[in-house]
Amino acid sequence: MATQNTKTLARLMMAPSVLLLLVWMIVPLAMTLWFSFQNYNLLDPSNVSFTGLFNYQFFYTDPAFFQSIWNTLVIVVGVLLITVIGGIAIALLLDQPIFGQGIVRILVISPFFVMPPVAALIWKNMIMHPGYGVLADINKFFGLQPVDWFARYPLFSIVIIVAWQWLPFATLILLTALQSLDGEQKEAAEMDGANFLSRFIYLVLPHLARAITVVILIQTIFLLGVYAEILVTTNGGPGYASTNLAFLIYRTALLGYDVGGASAGGIIAVVLANIVAFFLMRAVGKNLDR
Amino acid sequence: MARSVTTRHKVTATAAAWVVALIIFFPILYTLITSIKTEPEAIAGFSLWPSGTFENYITVQTQRDYFKPFMNSVILSVGSTILALIIAIPSAWAMAFSPTKRTKDILMWMLSTKMMPAVAVLVPIYLMFRDFGLLDSRIGLTVMLTLINLPIVVWMLYTYFREIPGEILEASRMDGAGLWQEIVYVLTPMAVPGIASTLLLNIILAWNESFWTIRLSTTNAAPLTAFIASFSSPQGLFWAKLSAASTMAIAPILILGWFSQKQLVRGLTFGAVK
Repeated sequence: MATQNTKTLARLMMAPSVLLLLVWMIVPLAMTLWFSFQNYNLLDPSNVSFTGLFNYQFFYTDPAFFQSIWNTLVIVVGVLLITVIGGIAIALLLDQPIFGQGIVRILVISPFFVMPPVAALIWKNMIMHPGYGVLADINKFFGLQPVDWFARYPLFSIVIIVAWQWLPFATLILLTALQSLDGEQKEAAEMDGANFLSRFIYLVLPHLARAITVVILIQTIFLLGVYAEILVTTNGGPGYASTNLAFLIYRTALLGYDVGGASAGGIIAVVLANIVAFFLMRAVGKNLDR
Repeated sequence: MARSVTTRHKVTATAAAWVVALIIFFPILYTLITSIKTEPEAIAGFSLWPSGTFENYITVQTQRDYFKPFMNSVILSVGSTILALIIAIPSAWAMAFSPTKRTKDILMWMLSTKMMPAVAVLVPIYLMFRDFGLLDSRIGLTVMLTLINLPIVVWMLYTYFREIPGEILEASRMDGAGLWQEIVYVLTPMAVPGIASTLLLNIILAWNESFWTIRLSTTNAAPLTAFIASFSSPQGLFWAKLSAASTMAIAPILILGWFSQKQLVRGLTFGAVK
């Protein structure tokens, strides 16, 4: 029963956010695209020229590029494996009747609220430090040599830190989904003699399917852009051992002053993110039709 | 009750759950403990018994002027959230109450802007900020955080507003309520909880945003994310003082977060999981 009047009003109400986001999306992206075809270095800003696809070629032939793509994948897949499997296990545990459930929940979700630089510094100095970290103390207690985590396993260390930050998110969402599972269904399955494993595979897992999809997709968006954790721990090193694509672009732009090269990298990052976004939009969009 | 829970089962589950919870929480707990140790204690090896000094908190404030980045964090996160709400409430309202064929497309498109990797637009944003003199300014960062979180704010508000039944409007109209009365007495009370949850979650997201806040600020506008990140070099603070600074940086948002568990799930999954 929307009249012409209310329709106009609705359009006016939507205009500010739509226009702002439109400008926010198009202007910087168009500039990145433009820069990516330019030979533009901040150290020599008077000497800007068109170079066609040179920046892409340069970025593509840089060995650091493939290393950074590989590292990006390792971070995304590694963190997803830990958080989804760990999240399901912990959610199943917290779904049991336990004493002090409220407090346990609070403790488990806490790391999600820790800002990335703090999370990274806590792990770097307090937990993984080869001299004073808790892990080193544990190793010494058992008479073992302490491990210099960030020097020997830089990428793995970052995966651990980021997984610690995202495990609560996965757990919380999977737990919420688990709690909406019909209790009667579980009882019926139990009475029919289904053991824990078959209940899990045939009843719980299908029920969790959508929540797991959402967890994977949302985390992937954030994991593609892991930045602060790398900045304060390894700074991308040693060499390029823990540089992901986001960090490589930052290095190229603000440490190498190469605007053109960084822009070409940025466009590659957009393409990668869009592939993921495509699937996320489909999953979220389905939910709207319900 | 069809399924009797044996006490033994409950005790086992409780023990397992507490062990897992404490392991996950341990890094935060240990930071808290270290923050009230003296510096020699902090590097003297594993110990859960601090001497209970608050000296570190005082030192962090006096030597590094902790209050300034803290206030910047408050101003940026609250300011950007309120700005985003002002822009988003009318659009979410319009989409929820007078949806058209294109409403869904607009919502999906808004969400898609969130997928743009921040680093892809680092160069143009950095250059624009430099040319407009916005680097290291609170205004610039507030606008930045507003734009980043605007899609999530619109989405969250939309999922809340959509649940307000349309019939209630018709009923109040039949009772002779005018548009103004309708907004003040009927819609606002029903919309406030949704707006409050959106506010809460968005403050958390803005407080912890660690890409733009670090890259676009140096000293004047630097919030806690940038302040803490500056200690990554070894000549920064020592263990105990770093712990004190970290504790103060995460405590307010940790407490807010505990209160917003439910909204968190809903907001971050765009209503897909409730």
